[in-house]
Amino acid sequence: MTSPHVKTAEGYRRISIDPVTRLEGHGKIDIFLDQEGSVAECFFQVPELRGFEKFCEGRPVEELPRITSRICGVCPEAHMMASAKACDAVYGAELPLTARMLRELQYNIFYVTDHATHFYALGGPDFVMGPASDPALRNLIGVIGKVGLEVAGQVIKCRAWGHEAAAIFGGKPVNPVNAIPGGMSKALKPEERARVEEICRFMVEFGIFTLKLLHDVVLANKEYVDLILHGPYYHETYSMGLVDAQNRVNFYDGKVRVVDPEGKELCKYSPPEYMQHIAERVEPWSYLKFPYLKAVGWKGFVAGKDSGVYRATPQSRLNAADGMNSPLAQAAYEEYFETLTGDKSGRKPVHHTLAIHWARCIELLNAAERGLELIRHPEITHPENYRVVCDKTPSEGIGIVEAPRGTLTHHYVTDEKGIVRKANLIVGTTNNHAAICMSIKQAAQGLIKKGVTVTEGILNMVEMAFRAYDPCFGCATHSLPGQMPLTVRIREWDGTVLSEASR
Amino acid sequence: MGANGKLKVGMYWASSCGGCDISLLEIGPRILDLIKVADVVFWPCAADFKYQTVAGYPDGYIDACFYNGGVRNSEQEEIARLLRTKSKTLVAYGACAGDGGIPALANLNTIAAIYDASYHSNPSIENPDRVEPQSHLDTPYGELEIPRFYPAVLRLKDVVEVDYEIPGCPPQADRVWETIQAVVGGAVPPRNHALRVGCADKVVCDECLREKKLKKISQFTRGHLFRPERDWCLLEQGILCMGPATRSGCGALCLKADIRCEGCYGPPANAEDQGTAMIGALGTLLDATTEDRAQELVEQIADPTGTFYRFSFSSSMLKVRK
Amino acid sequence: MAQTATHAQSPQASPAAWEPRIIGFLCYWCSYTGADNAGTARMQYLPNVDIIKVMCSGRIDPELITIAFANGADGVMVLGCHIGDCHYISGNHKTMVRMPLMRRMLADLGIEPARFRHEWVSAAEGEKFSKLVTEMTEQVRALGPLNWPGLMRDRGVGHGMDLKAWGE
Repeated sequence: MTSPHVKTAEGYRRISIDPVTRLEGHGKIDIFLDQEGSVAECFFQVPELRGFEKFCEGRPVEELPRITSRICGVCPEAHMMASAKACDAVYGAELPLTARMLRELQYNIFYVTDHATHFYALGGPDFVMGPASDPALRNLIGVIGKVGLEVAGQVIKCRAWGHEAAAIFGGKPVNPVNAIPGGMSKALKPEERARVEEICRFMVEFGIFTLKLLHDVVLANKEYVDLILHGPYYHETYSMGLVDAQNRVNFYDGKVRVVDPEGKELCKYSPPEYMQHIAERVEPWSYLKFPYLKAVGWKGFVAGKDSGVYRATPQSRLNAADGMNSPLAQAAYEEYFETLTGDKSGRKPVHHTLAIHWARCIELLNAAERGLELIRHPEITHPENYRVVCDKTPSEGIGIVEAPRGTLTHHYVTDEKGIVRKANLIVGTTNNHAAICMSIKQAAQGLIKKGVTVTEGILNMVEMAFRAYDPCFGCATHSLPGQMPLTVRIREWDGTVLSEASR
Repeated sequence: MGANGKLKVGMYWASSCGGCDISLLEIGPRILDLIKVADVVFWPCAADFKYQTVAGYPDGYIDACFYNGGVRNSEQEEIARLLRTKSKTLVAYGACAGDGGIPALANLNTIAAIYDASYHSNPSIENPDRVEPQSHLDTPYGELEIPRFYPAVLRLKDVVEVDYEIPGCPPQADRVWETIQAVVGGAVPPRNHALRVGCADKVVCDECLREKKLKKISQFTRGHLFRPERDWCLLEQGILCMGPATRSGCGALCLKADIRCEGCYGPPANAEDQGTAMIGALGTLLDATTEDRAQELVEQIADPTGTFYRFSFSSSMLKVRK
Repeated sequence: MAQTATHAQSPQASPAAWEPRIIGFLCYWCSYTGADNAGTARMQYLPNVDIIKVMCSGRIDPELITIAFANGADGVMVLGCHIGDCHYISGNHKTMVRMPLMRRMLADLGIEPARFRHEWVSAAEGEKFSKLVTEMTEQVRALGPLNWPGLMRDRGVGHGMDLKAWGE
């Protein structure tokens, strides 16, 4: 909250959005208008630092998957997996197939839950209800009222079942604890396998359902399509994402591929090489750092081929890859690129910021399909191969996964006992910090001009520029002041009513 | 209570990770029962109320406000004070608000050391001009302000009067639901003195189903270096499980995943300092009858301070590092 | 006769007059008797240790040590019976494990090793006791005041403390 004594320079007017809402994390936006009423400058500030990189020093490295998972309680699995991979590398541990599959399986199930809650509860309401709609309804309750109570039931179920799976693997539904150097702490039992397969099957159906909802509610709405394609939400930047050996999107493992704004590969690096490609800079007005591509260099908060600004979002992952590793998601990928670029191969990147929501839904389906594939693998319940014992002398390791919000890098240096000496973390959203600042400024400049009355709706549309990047939060439902009469019926998948509530 | 007869509730996150906000939703379909009786009037992660809106509420407008996250900067303290004024009942939700949580491990470092790692010496940093974030910055357009970073993580009760505390990282769903029912349903008085609820009065060992053979610890080791026996107490096998010094209520979930208790429910009832509680407990558990043997075993513990105080350093007696 | 408590001396009040304040936890059966004997034998030793008598060193909750430092002690000593001589058989076995752990933890927090002593002193070792007190007092004097309350105030922590004392 800005204190009243903070001065605005003469000739300018300040509009503050504080705090930014319907996202995970803290942020504030200061928009400065000149005397004409146009946007002269816009600052997005991240007002928070906790110091994980420092206080991980001195900790036993095998504790880091559980310490760093508290960087984000919405995507704890992302940090846990990146950290566990870094720990594997610290110990030079080679994981058996079952261990690698368990990690990727748990991770993909988490991806479905995480992407679902963002689409339905955080970013989605802006589209389903309308960007400048009544704030009292611009949330999941409004979405329920508009598209039906089926949605509520399905989203609650997706989240509940997703967290149930997390607890089966890792003890706790939020902050599961089971990834260790060398694999996982326990095997998957056959009876657990059956239940997890049931969850995965539901998630595939849910993924299909979600894409259909997106089509019916967003893509069929000319106004929204116009906003996506022609609104002030567009930057031609580099795109980053993890890809497998066939250059298909993979959330858990692979190499980091970066393509330029036209889709040409700039680099494809394995985790130990990350420092050759990424550097971070500091600005005095934000606690969060600004990564950029070293090969291109920092040229300021600008887009284009000559600027080292890059994005690491669901959209970027699809841009950086040549396809998806599952059939339904691949079809969706082709449709997405066909619609937005005219080329279904995906060779031409998509740069429309609001289309990140669409890419996210494609990833949701992909994660569900991949999870179902893995749970059905005959070796997923192997009683021994869920881990190896670490027996080499620890030293240094780097682990990279795709967090839902972007490429996540954990780099540890330890002593010979495995006590951490140095930790370097480049966290998902951090990759996008520069782009987020640019997007917010672009939206503000596009929407706030001379003669325009600045309404709450306009300010929300500025926030939408941020929301497209940040999916990490879950919100099943909540209620707001306003007398919307509401009956909620929770139905089982076959239509049986489980419970009913009215207000 | 609002004009529509419904209770007003709020949730705020300070120096938090978002896990507590998620955990509130782990009550699952029970949330629909909640919204029958309560309206959310402030919840930055999920609803569009801004600080200005809350500042405009009458005092005591919010019936129950859940504050998660530690107090790490000036804004978080400011909002804590604001919410205290605007709330009848203020609840410190989760390990960070109650005991400092994992971010309180930063109290072992100074701001200078944290800044040095984050902004200067980490290997991917390119910062030749030694720029650092400033809480006040002049620009041609006006002053910019970001909150002042405090030298240590504080608990909510270090800055305002707190009525209840729910421990856990994050609190488990069933405990959360019981607490909501008690606080929002009026079964407990609105004002109290940081009474810890949503937990039981024993330690995690009481809830853990692994077999206790009552064997003394003959060696300390670490879980990734061998294959522990599935159903046997991990501490007896030499893994430094925090069960004996951690408040019960979570259901010993981590132990079900064959991972040691990390201590996230904070110190046991009637103890404030979790680290000394664990040292006290270990005094009775080691297989040592000579000083040399005791010293040998103690040296096998990799990181006593960071292990014993993982979630509760702000509740320790000493709280910081010199 | 063992010395009794004197007023707390704030190190800021008059720096030249600061005297180390050391809290000593002594077990009744051995160490306290040993200290008593030092007094009866009129052995000369510095008055800087405030003695807290406990029935057994195993009764000393490690939290008490941290409370002492948190409230302004410059040093803490814990004295008990020799291993094998504990009046309660195995009380000092607990101490024997806890004190090395405390030593590590206090070192992690930046408290110099000389500020925390753990020794076995029997009822017959009045001389050992008196030498220990004098030696530790001089070592702590050389280190200067610890002033943990002041450190906490500087860092803005400490329940019940005036948090505005720093930084405004």
